Amino acid sequence: MSAASRTVGRVQAGTTESAWVRRTLIGIALAFMFLFLVLPLAAVAAEALRKGFGAYLEALKEPDAWAAIRLTLLTAAIAVPLNLVFGVAAAWAIAKFEFRGKAILTTLVDLPFAVSPVVAGLIYVLVFGAQGWFGPWLQAHDIKIIFAVPGIVLATVFVTFPFIARELIPLMQAQGTDEEQAAIVLGATGWQTFWRVTLPNIKWGLLYGVILCNARAMGEFGAVSVVSGHIRGQTNTMPLHVEVLYNEYQSVAAFAVASLLAILALVTLVIKSVIEWRHEREMKAIAELPPERPTPTA
Amino acid sequence: MSGAATSALPSAAAPLASGASRGVSRRVLPGFHLTLGYAVLYLSLIVLIPLSALVFKTFTMSWDQFWVAVSSPRVMASYRLTFGASLIAALVNLVFGLLVAWVLVRYKFPGKRIVDALVDLPFALPTAVAGISLTALLAGNGWVGQFLEPLGIKLAFTPAGIVIALIFIGLPFVVRTVQPVLEDTEKELEEAATSLGATRLQTFTKVILPSIMPALLTGFAMAFARAIGEYGSVIFIAGNMPMISEITPLIIIGKLEQYDFAGATAVALVMLVISFVLLLVINGLQGWKRRRSEASA
Repeated sequence: MSAASRTVGRVQAGTTESAWVRRTLIGIALAFMFLFLVLPLAAVAAEALRKGFGAYLEALKEPDAWAAIRLTLLTAAIAVPLNLVFGVAAAWAIAKFEFRGKAILTTLVDLPFAVSPVVAGLIYVLVFGAQGWFGPWLQAHDIKIIFAVPGIVLATVFVTFPFIARELIPLMQAQGTDEEQAAIVLGATGWQTFWRVTLPNIKWGLLYGVILCNARAMGEFGAVSVVSGHIRGQTNTMPLHVEVLYNEYQSVAAFAVASLLAILALVTLVIKSVIEWRHEREMKAIAELPPERPTPTA
Repeated sequence: MSGAATSALPSAAAPLASGASRGVSRRVLPGFHLTLGYAVLYLSLIVLIPLSALVFKTFTMSWDQFWVAVSSPRVMASYRLTFGASLIAALVNLVFGLLVAWVLVRYKFPGKRIVDALVDLPFALPTAVAGISLTALLAGNGWVGQFLEPLGIKLAFTPAGIVIALIFIGLPFVVRTVQPVLEDTEKELEEAATSLGATRLQTFTKVILPSIMPALLTGFAMAFARAIGEYGSVIFIAGNMPMISEITPLIIIGKLEQYDFAGATAVALVMLVISFVLLLVINGLQGWKRRRSEASA
C-alpha cells in the first residue's frame, strides 16, 4: 500500500516542478519581460516628460506634429477599410468554397508579412516613381503618387494587407457553412445571409483583425519612409515625424509624438485582450453546455 | 478574370474529390465568383504586380551589373550582419520565448494576465518608437547604459544594439506559436513518463520538447524572417557604419538616395528571394505542426 501511494505522489510531483524551480523560472521570465518590454515603454514616458508636462504639451501643439497626426489618421482611415473588404472577400471564398489553387492563394495572402518593409516601399517607387513604369505618364498628367499621400497609403495598404484576412480565414473555416446554407434554403438572399448570419459569427475576429491592422497602419515606418519624401507638414506620418525630430536632437518633442503612438499600442493591447477574454468565456460556456447538444464550433 | 477561369475547372471535379457536402455548399452559397474574383484582383494590384516590377527591373541589368551590385564588399558585410544578428536574436527568442510560454501556461502568479497581454507589445508598438526608446535606454547616459558603460560594455550604436532591437521585434513569435500547443499537451503522457521512472528533466526533453518542436521551430523561423527585413527599430540603435553596423535594408535605402534604382532593386531581389524561401519553410513547418496535432488528437 505504502509503495503504491509513494508512486502516486511521485507521479504527481513528476508533472510539475519543485517550488524553487517554479519561482526561478517565473523570475527569469518576468525579468526578461521587464527588461525588453516594460523598460522601453517607461523610457518613452520618462523622455517625453523630462522637461515637464508643459514642454510635453507644447511639443504636441506644433503644427507639424498636428499635420503628422492628421496624415496618420487619414492613412489608416483609407488602408484599414480597403483591407477589411479584401479580408472578408478572401475569407468568404477560401473558407466557404473548394477550388483549385486555394492553398497558393492562402499563402500569397501572407506574402506581404514576409517582405521587408523597405522592399515594400521600393516596389511602389519602381511602379509609380519618376523612373518607374507609370512615371512619365503620371508626370504628364501632373499626378503625384510617390513622395505624396497616395504612395504613403499604398505602402501602408501593402504592409497591413494580410491582417484581417488571416484572422478571418481560420475562423470562418472552423465555423463551416451549415448556418449559411440553412439561411439560403429558408429563402434569405446572399446579402441577408452575410449580414444576419455570417457577420454576427465573425464580428469579434473581425474587430481583432481591424485593431491589429490599424495599429500597424498607424505605426508603419520602413515602407512609408521609402515613398514619403519626408516633406515636413505634408508627407510625414507620425513615425516619420518622430524620426525627423529625433535626428534634429529635439528629444522631448520626438518622445512626445512617440508617446502618442505608445498610448495607441497600449489601447490596442487592451482591446485585443478584452476580445480574447470574451472569446475564452464564450468557449467555456459552450464547453459547459449539456452533452446532448453538439458544440457549434465543430 | 482569372478567378472565374480557375473556378470553372474544379466545379466538375471537386464533388468527387471532396465529398458530396462540399459540392452542395458550392451550389447553395452565393458570392463565390464575386469574392474570389475581387480577392485575386486586389491581391494582384496591391501585391503581385508591384512585386513583379522588382523582377522586371532586374532584367534590365546585365548579369555582371547584377552580380557587382549584390556582392560588393559593403553589401556582403551587410548580409553577414543582418543574418548574424537575426540568427542570434531568433535563438535568444527561442529560449526565452519558450520560457515565457511555459511560465504563462503552467504556472500561476499575480499579474499573469497583464504579462500575457504585454507579450504582444512589439506587434502593437511602432518600430520607430521601439528604436528610439531602446537607444535612449542603452546610450551611455540611459537607464541601462549608465551601468554597462563603466564595465566597458557598449550596446547602443554597435552590432550588439541591433541584436537587442531584433530580440524586441521577434519576442512575440515564439511565445504565441508555442503557447497554444503547450496548452493542448496531455498531462497523461507526462504522468506515464514519470511512472516509468523518468526524471522531470527527462520528461521535458523526451516527451514535452518533441511534441512542441514543430511550433518552436515555426516561431523561430517567423522571428528570424521578421528580423531579416526589420528596418525601423534597427536604424536608430545601429549607428549605421558601413562595413560594421549597416543592415541590408539600409543598403537599399542608401542606393535609392543616390538614385541607383537598379542597384537597390538587385539587393531587394536577393532579400525577396530569401523571404520567399523562409515563407515556404514556415509553411512547411506549419504543415508538420498540423499533422502532429492531428496525429495526437
